[in-house]
Amino acid sequence: MKIAITSTGNTLESLIDSSFGRCSWFVIYDTENKAMEFLPNPFKEAAEASGSSAVQLLVQKKVNKIVAGDFGMKIKPMLDSLRIQMIVVKDPQLQINQIIELLNH
Amino acid sequence: MSPRTKTLRKVLSPPIIKGFNPYGSEAGKPPAEPVLLMLEEYEALRLCDYDGFNQLQASVMMGVSRPTFTRIYAAALQKIARAFVEGRRLSIKGGKVYFDSDWFYCHSCKCYFNNPDKDKKLEQCPLCGKSDFVPFDSEPAGEGTGKRRCDSVNKNTGDQSLSLSVNENCDNINR
Repeated sequence: MKIAITSTGNTLESLIDSSFGRCSWFVIYDTENKAMEFLPNPFKEAAEASGSSAVQLLVQKKVNKIVAGDFGMKIKPMLDSLRIQMIVVKDPQLQINQIIELLNH
Repeated sequence: MSPRTKTLRKVLSPPIIKGFNPYGSEAGKPPAEPVLLMLEEYEALRLCDYDGFNQLQASVMMGVSRPTFTRIYAAALQKIARAFVEGRRLSIKGGKVYFDSDWFYCHSCKCYFNNPDKDKKLEQCPLCGKSDFVPFDSEPAGEGTGKRRCDSVNKNTGDQSLSLSVNENCDNINR
């Protein structure tokens, strides 16, 4: 199963990004082979529709779950229809490696 | 000029079946072309006739205006009547809809998450794997299914006076 995490940087010590569409990086973590992929968000500076473009990008990557600080109004119904699980982490001090540790439970 | 785009209609959950087949046709095989009942029309029928809400309440639940809801509902009845009379198959699919899902809050890792697959019950938190989570409502919900439904509707409507009147109606139903 592939899980996307929003990140402020491209290291394991980076903090989780509080926004989804305009986050700096996506970390795509594969729970089966423990592989990690850091993906710069091409829609960070987009004037509009950054969220829906980011969803399309992650759907292409076959992501089943998304961990983010928050999701926008338009994104929630979109992900609901796509059957992608949303996980909202309200703690902005959480690092990527801590989240991956939690995911490995 | 292009027409105004349709607003997304909220559907609580997809139907448990894909459609209906007629049987015992006098004229032999039924016409091959099925009647396409859209998901929003199925939802309108479910809210109005199965759950027994009035059209105003149902329209708020689906996130459309009352006149639009009436149009969707009329289309549903017309299509079902056509399928019955002409002995056609009925296929439920399509439509401009999105599905609503339930949210949960995990006490152990302090995260919120939703359940995208209603058929499966969640056993553990998707983040930390513990089962220390509770259903989450951004507003404290009242007792009874009718009231709770309306509360969850209120979150999605900007029109406060409308949601208020719907809420009062629901209170009456609960009593």
